[in-house]
Amino acid sequence: MIQRDENRYAGAKLGIWLFLFTEILLFGGLFLLYAAYLSQYPHEFASAGHEMQLAFGFANTLVLITSSMLAAMSLTAVQLREQRKALIMLGATIFCAIIFLVNKYFEWSSEINSGFYPNSPRLATGPMGEALYFSLYYLTTGLHGLHVLIGIVLLTLVSVKVSHGTIHAGNYVLLENSALYWHLVDLIWIFIFPLYYLVL
Amino acid sequence: MQHCDDLAHQKLSFWNDTGKTGISAWVFSTDHKRIGLLYLYSVLSFFLVAVTIGLLLKIELIAPGRTIMGPVTYNALFTVHGVLMIFLFIIPGFPGAFGNLVMPIQIGASDVAFPRLNLFSWWLYLIGAVTIIFSLFTGGGPPDTGWTFYVPFSVKTGTNVSLAVFGVFIVGFSSILTGINFVTTIHRLRADGMQWGRLPLFVWSVYATAWVQILATPVLGITLLLIVAERLLGTGLFDPARGGDPILYQHLFWIYSHPAVYIMILPGMGVISEIFPVFARKPIFGYKMIAFSSLAIAGAGSLVWAHHMFTSGMSDTAILVFSFLTFVVAIPSAIKVFNWVATLYKGSISLEAPMLFALSFILLFSIGGLTGLLQGAAATNIHVHDTQFVVGHFHYVIFGGAGFAFFSAMHYWLPKFYGRTYAEKPAVVAWGLLFVGFNITYFPMILLGLKGMPRRYYDYLPEFTHLNQLSTFGSWILATGLALMLVNLSRGLLKGEPIGRNPWGGATLEWTTQSPPVTENFEQEPVVTHGPYDFNGAGVP
Repeated sequence: MIQRDENRYAGAKLGIWLFLFTEILLFGGLFLLYAAYLSQYPHEFASAGHEMQLAFGFANTLVLITSSMLAAMSLTAVQLREQRKALIMLGATIFCAIIFLVNKYFEWSSEINSGFYPNSPRLATGPMGEALYFSLYYLTTGLHGLHVLIGIVLLTLVSVKVSHGTIHAGNYVLLENSALYWHLVDLIWIFIFPLYYLVL
Repeated sequence: MQHCDDLAHQKLSFWNDTGKTGISAWVFSTDHKRIGLLYLYSVLSFFLVAVTIGLLLKIELIAPGRTIMGPVTYNALFTVHGVLMIFLFIIPGFPGAFGNLVMPIQIGASDVAFPRLNLFSWWLYLIGAVTIIFSLFTGGGPPDTGWTFYVPFSVKTGTNVSLAVFGVFIVGFSSILTGINFVTTIHRLRADGMQWGRLPLFVWSVYATAWVQILATPVLGITLLLIVAERLLGTGLFDPARGGDPILYQHLFWIYSHPAVYIMILPGMGVISEIFPVFARKPIFGYKMIAFSSLAIAGAGSLVWAHHMFTSGMSDTAILVFSFLTFVVAIPSAIKVFNWVATLYKGSISLEAPMLFALSFILLFSIGGLTGLLQGAAATNIHVHDTQFVVGHFHYVIFGGAGFAFFSAMHYWLPKFYGRTYAEKPAVVAWGLLFVGFNITYFPMILLGLKGMPRRYYDYLPEFTHLNQLSTFGSWILATGLALMLVNLSRGLLKGEPIGRNPWGGATLEWTTQSPPVTENFEQEPVVTHGPYDFNGAGVP
């Protein structure tokens, strides 16, 4: 019966890739709505897009790409049996993730203070498409933020396992899969950033 | 469990090998057979509740005007009937129960690829189910939107829609994880010699189903979250007054829910493909085409969602395209039916309970499929849209198809897992009652729809009375048959005659292990040397 280590590893990798497909499809629904409403309200989307603060989005993109790199470095460190270095890299990844959420908090607060939130009086009186833009913006970045939060929990659990030595050079598939998940969170942001901040 | 005291020569089975006892040996077990039985018991419980509600709905329709309930109760009850049957019985039922029980044994594995994830899926299913049940009794009362949760009504209604759709979301997550588990298992854990061309056809159908679960369910997930957001935050995405588009909701909903129909029916087709060769004592006709057609149905079936929306307001081009694609699905379905019938040709047919259910499946599923074509064509669709015809059609597909296949699978495989078997004569009587009752219940709906009686109405014009009475009368025969079948099965499985390894003379791997199987499924690792329907190679007497 096929229960050898090599096969367990391949099975776990297949499993996480299938899961990542489902995550892409989950966000795909929101991107689909974005496409449909952009074609229906191009001008309103453009004017709403100009209200976004590019600095927040840019900073978050940098933080997230860096964190993705750190996650990959921690995997290499585990493979090279450098446990301490791996833990530092994982800690740095989690730190970046927290920075991302803090930054997001300030960004959302500033937008809510300016009166841009679903069902707000300012959007209710404005053109129809702008309200849809902000609804989609909050839903997409909110769902993405939730994934960042889940990533923080996941990476913390993995750090504990690395420090206990349960994840080591002979068995690192959980760390590798968590890093893949983290890369996906990064990747989805790479689509969110241009769609909401740059192209309009 | 006192199951096999008289079978002392056997090794301990999965029923009584564990160190743990009581309920925790079940609800925390990672054995795929125990998880499969947990799914079976839970889906059957919800099935029985939903059947009871269905009977109440039919009693309400026995005469025009109010009979036993008002319109508000009626709306809530048909919604609950639909939600329970679709999301808690038939979608999780086949993969969860029989996929878990049979598929790993059929490929020669000792368990699924991720046993703990498998248990987690069942727990998620249960949590989602409890959430849905909870939504019936709290908040504004049971949802009254129909199982499709169409906007704008689902956003405007004061009933407890948010909690119910959140429950469905959790159940959907469970379905995704099961799909991931099954695809990985089939790719990685096949026994030595179990090539793709030797996979039993049930495994092929579970494989195709698992892909649909993985690729379609996330879209339902996001759609349901959007309803909650719409209700709680007022995002306006589907509200025309705020620039949104309710048709977009229907697109997103059916992108999942049409493929979900294939999650319901594909494993059933797999069961039929297992039963026909065994009970006709012949290799299946066209193995490759049946395996391929499962994948083709899963693929083509994912492209036809908008045929639910011909009357919603789409461009004529879109209607033409979706109508064409819908007809395309009929091709692989027909390939299967022709191959099943060809398998029977010159076979040595033995008419036992599983075979009777399988044979009636072909007739009922064909009626369901052909009435489906009537709705796939735009012109006739506009005539029968939202009438009782649609209700008749999908009950023929889902109950007559998937349901009868489920009953067939219960008679065919459950003795394997209990080590004992049911009484044949009551099983045949129950089948007869079910078959006759089914047709008397649902065929009148097809006629009523053609005459113009709308669906989901609790009242109707006097000219529809006779057919409705006939249908209600049929539902009682149907219920009698169901009760007889379940009593006979549970009596037989607990107290019936012990069965040996291979009561039906099957050539797939599950019949080479003892009944009930040991925890790791096989006493020694199997090596596969012949195909699943090569009865000569199986060494069967």
